[in-house]
Amino acid sequence: MLAYLVKRVFQAIAVMFAISLISFAIQDNLGDPLRELVGQSVSEEVRQQLRDELGLNDSFLQQYLRFVGNALQGDLGTSYFFKEPALDVILKKLPATLELVFAATLIIIGLSVPLGVYTAIKPNNILSRTIMGLSIVGISIPVFLTAILMIFIFAVGLRWLPSYGRGEIVPVWGSWETNFATVDGWLHILLPAVALASIMLPLFVRLIRAEMMEVLQSEYVKYARAKGISPRRIYFVHALKNTLLPVITVGGVQIGTMVAYTILTETVFQWPGMGFMFLEAVNRVDTPLIVAYLIVVGFIFVVTNTIVDLIYGLVNPTVNIARMGA
Amino acid sequence: MTDINATREPGRLGRVWNSNFVYSFRKNPVAVVSMAIFLLIAAAALLAPWLAPVDPYDPSLFDIMDSELPPVWSDSGDSRFLFGTDDQGRDLWSAILYGTRLSLIIGLCAVALQALLGISIGLIAGYVGGRTDSLLMRLADIQLSFSTLMVAIIFLAVTQAMFGSETFNQYAVFMLIAVIGVAEWPQYARTVRATVLAEKKKEYVDSARVLGFGPLRIMVRHILPNSLSPIFVISTVQVANAIISEASLSFLGLGMPPSQPSLGSLISSGFDYIFSGSWWITAIPGVVLVVLVLVINLLGDWMRDVLNPKLYKG
Repeated sequence: MLAYLVKRVFQAIAVMFAISLISFAIQDNLGDPLRELVGQSVSEEVRQQLRDELGLNDSFLQQYLRFVGNALQGDLGTSYFFKEPALDVILKKLPATLELVFAATLIIIGLSVPLGVYTAIKPNNILSRTIMGLSIVGISIPVFLTAILMIFIFAVGLRWLPSYGRGEIVPVWGSWETNFATVDGWLHILLPAVALASIMLPLFVRLIRAEMMEVLQSEYVKYARAKGISPRRIYFVHALKNTLLPVITVGGVQIGTMVAYTILTETVFQWPGMGFMFLEAVNRVDTPLIVAYLIVVGFIFVVTNTIVDLIYGLVNPTVNIARMGA
Repeated sequence: MTDINATREPGRLGRVWNSNFVYSFRKNPVAVVSMAIFLLIAAAALLAPWLAPVDPYDPSLFDIMDSELPPVWSDSGDSRFLFGTDDQGRDLWSAILYGTRLSLIIGLCAVALQALLGISIGLIAGYVGGRTDSLLMRLADIQLSFSTLMVAIIFLAVTQAMFGSETFNQYAVFMLIAVIGVAEWPQYARTVRATVLAEKKKEYVDSARVLGFGPLRIMVRHILPNSLSPIFVISTVQVANAIISEASLSFLGLGMPPSQPSLGSLISSGFDYIFSGSWWITAIPGVVLVVLVLVINLLGDWMRDVLNPKLYKG
């Protein structure tokens, strides 16, 4: 187990190293820090002097090591637009994105488990067929289109719900302001969260259904039935437990995917989170902010994947740890 | 005299017609309807230059006075424009035909690239085994752990910022194909590797080896044809996903430019106008996109049931 853990952590570090190299290459080639600093109207001599002072004439290796050194101390440069440390800008936007992901995850868990179990238990029933039919329609609608459709219906047509922004938010701690404390906040997060959930929900319903159907065929479920245990207990205690393991693994990986989809949802709903900020940074060629986003998101991906893998190794006794570590 | 021809073997076409695969297709109304709709959309896209009343790429043909006209069937519709016009006065019907063509081309080419990369890597990993295998599969794991959309967004955003939107727009088609194609290779590689591992142990591979065939020939001529059915199954899903990815990227402004719109960029340009009531610029391309992806997914679902029920685990 320890060897597996070490290998996993080592791999995570290797991936972060690759991300840092890519980020540095972007920072090195995208935009001109001098122009952002002093503008165009400075003589060539002064420019050279400034380049020396800033260390822009150093070797690639020296510059890269400095970049990594600064990054490890939390210094990812200063945003050209906000004139603030890039990491601070991102951390200020992070809670909005995380709350959106959290709300969407709640919707997904709350709906996919009952729907998946139901469609597995009664596969030929009309309701199950409808759910499965809707799930394939759900997979086929891109998340931004779901979002637009919902704005069109609930914001433009019925005028029930707001179509943009976070609404009334309440500060909790530091730069974390929450949507969940006021009714207005809940109303604002509802549409974006449903839109974000809409892409994952069908996937999970199908996954839980498929796993559950397989488990229900297994010997131990037959044995439990023969013993006369109530169906409800078999479904929810015996079968569901063993269904959840693969679901957790897929779920962990999908958290990363959700971060990508937040860019789409946040753009449509003008949700002031990281994803919306990233696209703005791209339009302004705000290199430090782009690089900082890349590193923060890469870090989120690597950490969630490593944790999921470790949990999977811990929880599932049948995982051949030696093989997985190879 | 007996007629020998009365009981002759059915011809090649007849055998295909009666095969399990085609039989189950004929007996499945959902699959037949999906296929019909898909062929219809594909034909319309292919024939776009002949079906479209105007060339949607030529701004000199648009009249700004015609902008935001609703579709023909609404009260203030104009008979010249079947689906109405967009904000620049461009005929939406023509734009959708050309846009569908772009979306389909990008989707199919991206999947072809994925398949080429993924199948080669999967074959090598499965056939060679050992260190090469574990290294390649580790790479696949890492690549898979980063969502395609994320990788594509970051790559396209950075290239766009680096080269400026003009140069970017010129090469947008190739960039989209490349990034969607490269990011999804592990899907193929994993599946192919798994089938190769199973096929490798079979006797026909041993006999090919005994006959002195080289590894390349065995991999491509012997093992690959026996691994085709899972490849078909994932290909349909991958095409649907690639079309969605392209639309999403174009919607974010990281794909096809508004001057040469795909379905995603059409939806994006219409989004600014839904608040003022011009719903058709977004809705009609949106419906086309969803129908296109849906029929491909339905065909994929049917194919998965027929070819390989075991793959159903998702």
